[in-house]
Amino acid sequence: MGVIANKMGLQVNPTAKESIAKKINTQKNNIVYDTKELNLWYGHTHALKNINLEIHEKEVTAIIGPSGCGKSTYIKTLNRMVELVPGVRTTGSISYKGNNILGKTMKVEDLRTKVGMVFQKPNPFPKSIYENIAYGPKIHGIRNKKLLDQIVERSLRGAYIWDELKDRLNENAFGLSGGQQQRLCIARALAIQPDVILMDEPTSALDPKSTLKIEELVQELKKDYSIIMVTHNMQQAARISDRTAFFLNGEVVEFDNTNKIFSNPSDKRTEDYISGRFG
Amino acid sequence: MQKISEVKQEAIHVSEIIAQNKQKKNVSNLVEKWIPTILFLLASITILTTLGILYTLLSQAIQFFRAVPIWEFFTGAVLKPLSQNPEFGILPLINGTLISTAIAMLVAGPIGLMSAIYLSEYASEKVRRVLKPLLEILAGIPTIVYGFFAFTFVTPLIRSIFPEVGATNILSPGLVMGVMIIPMIASLSEDAMTSVPNAMREGSLAMGATKLETTFKVVIPAAFSGIIASFVLGISRAIGETMIVTIASGSSKNFTFDITQSMQTMTAYIVEVAGGEAAAGTTIYYSLYAVAITLFVFTLLMNLFARYISRKFREEY
Repeated sequence: MGVIANKMGLQVNPTAKESIAKKINTQKNNIVYDTKELNLWYGHTHALKNINLEIHEKEVTAIIGPSGCGKSTYIKTLNRMVELVPGVRTTGSISYKGNNILGKTMKVEDLRTKVGMVFQKPNPFPKSIYENIAYGPKIHGIRNKKLLDQIVERSLRGAYIWDELKDRLNENAFGLSGGQQQRLCIARALAIQPDVILMDEPTSALDPKSTLKIEELVQELKKDYSIIMVTHNMQQAARISDRTAFFLNGEVVEFDNTNKIFSNPSDKRTEDYISGRFG
Repeated sequence: MQKISEVKQEAIHVSEIIAQNKQKKNVSNLVEKWIPTILFLLASITILTTLGILYTLLSQAIQFFRAVPIWEFFTGAVLKPLSQNPEFGILPLINGTLISTAIAMLVAGPIGLMSAIYLSEYASEKVRRVLKPLLEILAGIPTIVYGFFAFTFVTPLIRSIFPEVGATNILSPGLVMGVMIIPMIASLSEDAMTSVPNAMREGSLAMGATKLETTFKVVIPAAFSGIIASFVLGISRAIGETMIVTIASGSSKNFTFDITQSMQTMTAYIVEVAGGEAAAGTTIYYSLYAVAITLFVFTLLMNLFARYISRKFREEY
């Protein structure tokens, strides 16, 4: 846990334009994550450079950019999974509902209870479907069998997979198809009722049909959850996100409403990227 | 540009060379054809040897059961092979074997598993690279050295604290046998745990589970069949272990549960009898085979049990 060395107090006055934008946004929606001056190094590699980003509640925020641009690193910083890599160092602050998650007082377990994650490759546990969903609640002390049954049903319904799986709850999760496994993993994340769901390229290992299902699911989920999704697929970002951040070489090039980014980007590099000129 | 044209001039006709080589390949084709048969014959050596051993054991044990009824042998609580009226009950030996194995596993099971957890989940790559080979060296020490260690160091140490413990006792070799088995359990369990994909750990950690919870609720269950296999191998090793118990537990054929006393295991009995006291053809000589076949059955049962357990609890990934 001591991996993250954090420097606080590097507050920089936001420009007038930014503060106006901020006002408009806060009126519309609350901010879940407020990233300020975030820098991150893997050893000597400077992977994230001075990131400033505000993530809004109950919206889908897409993070796009070419491979190696730091988008996965950024999303993993939001639940501090990035610390699993040895030799990671950060400066700056990420405030999650007012608490700096990079601060020493933040317990990662508490943070990750509130911030669920879905990974690139479906990673169910080698247990039954039921046990996969019940895992989180059990870890957090829920023992009541009836309550667990309810949680399992509600979570599977929440991920729109209940009808497919209700008769197979005791089967091993590894018997499911890739797309089903991924929706099971989403249901698993829902089981502990997080506020935020981080999705790290959740459809990149799936076929188009399963991808479509996940995208529809994300649209439903944003009614109750704030979703931050890294994606390689620009059409996907355009289809399902409310805001899009474009990362390049560890920097945020542009962050705006998705419509704006895809119809009228202000930065030339964004335009080049979304029009397929590189990446 | 110049370079390319040079290459072109001395162009290599790879396809022609391959075609030429293909014609030479007739010999290697023959090898290719016979290889499965040769490999099969080599592989069957183990099976044939096992069958041979089984045949020897059975044919000689039958001689023994002509003199001593099989029922009496397996239910007899008294073993007095050298007395005027010899009695051949195997229970004291089974008892000695099971007790020494139990003591060994009480030491090796927890310590081995905890070491494996440390190595696979907590140790840095650097520490692991030093510790694992060290552990495996421990596994390579000849058992006679362990036996000596039990007799000349551990027993006196125990006796200095509990003077009522006998000069030969089952406790000391049991403990030392446990130490001997730790590396085996640690190393095999560690292999099983390291092969659990990291994605599973991440899935658990990302739900707010601690490292310890992740280890016990995800990694160990996923590696369970491998861990059980390591335990069973440990038990088989303890059942079959000979030198340590022969040296440090003496040869009293006590049928007791008092671990401070001397007891004899099946293996130690075989050593004692084969050590020369019995003339070939006598009942006591044949008893050796009856004990040996019991030992054989024990290990066989252990292995079948291991298969059953690991299949039943397997978490596939």
